[in-house]
Amino acid sequence: MKYVLLLMANLEDVRCGEEEGPGVEEFMAFDAELEKAGVLAGGFALEDPETGVTVRIPAGGTDAVVTSGPYAESREFVGGTIVIDVADIDEALAWAAKCPGARGGWVEVRAMLEF
Amino acid sequence: MTAPGPAASDVLAALRREEHSRLLATLASRFGDLDLAEDAAQDALEAAIETWPRTGVPDSPLAWLTTTATRKAIDRLRREKALTERLARLRVEEDRRTSAPLVRAVVEPDEIPDDRLELFFACCHPTLKTDEQVALILRYLGGLTTMEIAHAFLLPVTTVQQRLVRAKKRLRVTRIPIRTPGPEDLPARLPAVLAVIYLIFTEGYAATTGDGHLRGDLTTEAIRLARIVHRLVPGQPEATGLLALLLLTEARAPARVDDEGLPVPLREQDRDRWDRLLADEGLGLAMEAAAGGPGPYSVQASIAAVHAESRDVESTDWAQIVVLYDLLLALVPGPVVRMARAVAVGRRDGPETGLQQLDALAGEAELERHHPFHEARATTLEELGRGDEARRAWARAHQLTENASEREYLVRRWWDA
Repeated sequence: MKYVLLLMANLEDVRCGEEEGPGVEEFMAFDAELEKAGVLAGGFALEDPETGVTVRIPAGGTDAVVTSGPYAESREFVGGTIVIDVADIDEALAWAAKCPGARGGWVEVRAMLEF
Repeated sequence: MTAPGPAASDVLAALRREEHSRLLATLASRFGDLDLAEDAAQDALEAAIETWPRTGVPDSPLAWLTTTATRKAIDRLRREKALTERLARLRVEEDRRTSAPLVRAVVEPDEIPDDRLELFFACCHPTLKTDEQVALILRYLGGLTTMEIAHAFLLPVTTVQQRLVRAKKRLRVTRIPIRTPGPEDLPARLPAVLAVIYLIFTEGYAATTGDGHLRGDLTTEAIRLARIVHRLVPGQPEATGLLALLLLTEARAPARVDDEGLPVPLREQDRDRWDRLLADEGLGLAMEAAAGGPGPYSVQASIAAVHAESRDVESTDWAQIVVLYDLLLALVPGPVVRMARAVAVGRRDGPETGLQQLDALAGEAELERHHPFHEARATTLEELGRGDEARRAWARAHQLTENASEREYLVRRWWDA
């Protein structure tokens, strides 16, 4: 069963910054641990949310409108994802609790819909 | 369909709660799907109604039902093409975990495990919301119908249906395991199971809304569930303590309402009307729980035990109750426990001290909204002969109560003050 760990953070959280949040090495160590356990099934990290670009087709329109930046009203963002393949939610939650992202922000665990 | 003969129908009626929840739990832990478990159990019961009057009741009705239900579940899985893949996956997973083949349909009478602990733990998984946990436990371990649950909690039937659908979806989609908790899971997860049972009891013990003061159906159900958990995890002081607490509390029920259905406070209760059988059983369990070390439920059971052993309020060992509340405060600090301790100190040292203790807690937001706090103040003020202030406190308590019989009771106290 595949689960996605969504690494969430809030721009206003001080621990979200470079100084107090978990460092890159910690994420790399966590990745290595997942790989060693044989449960790593994918994932990616994202650049800062300010560099995001939004594409949407407005109601009644047909042409896509491109704007820079993430949703203006939201201070919360996804910093990246890790996909793991484990037996059940308990195992997924145990990995999420070990994830460095649970300290600088929070980790949302979502079961992947399989077709 | 043939009507069941008397023997068969008696057996089926007896099976209804206790064995039916075991059957469901067994199917749920085998197939990991509550809907499938429920459908298959229903299929098996229908088959029993049809077959037993002709063939006679089998030696082990539960084994018969488990075998039949397992076969029916496998049939259902095979019929739904999309689900055959799941059946294959179940086989694979079971091979990975244990040596026993999962979907072997024939079950011997002496090998039916009581899988209800697994179901309790799954239903109280931390990923489920409390209202979902309550609904699931009442439905699948208590065997209450959706309508009975809705009635007990004064909710629309559709709300309970939605809760169950949502909870079952969460169980299935996030794959909450229905499996034997390991020794490391027990301390972490047992409190949630006990808390849900306690919550069910509390709702029955003092209904927050509606007309009646007591809902005997819910307290009975909570005690039944507490008995099951106590049996499933022997030697767990908190499971023992919870059962003791519920029994000792339930023992007072016959004296807790008067002929008009209005609440009677502890100090005015006719203790000859307390249920001695329940109280004695509770006292024994409370002692057993206390021997296992202090926990929130075992300490509360000890407090209830002191009351159960006292002839009246005057001769109650309030000093011991204060000590027990100190112990409870160390375990679960909170304003409501502090309030109960203040009342006990007042009983020990006199109303003057009692009022000081209570007034020291005034301003606590949670207590200001808690009608028993104002009732405790009102009673103490009355004892001190301060009628005007007592009436204000009774009025405040009245404002904060939604339950009709309690409101009526509080109006009368206000009038008499």
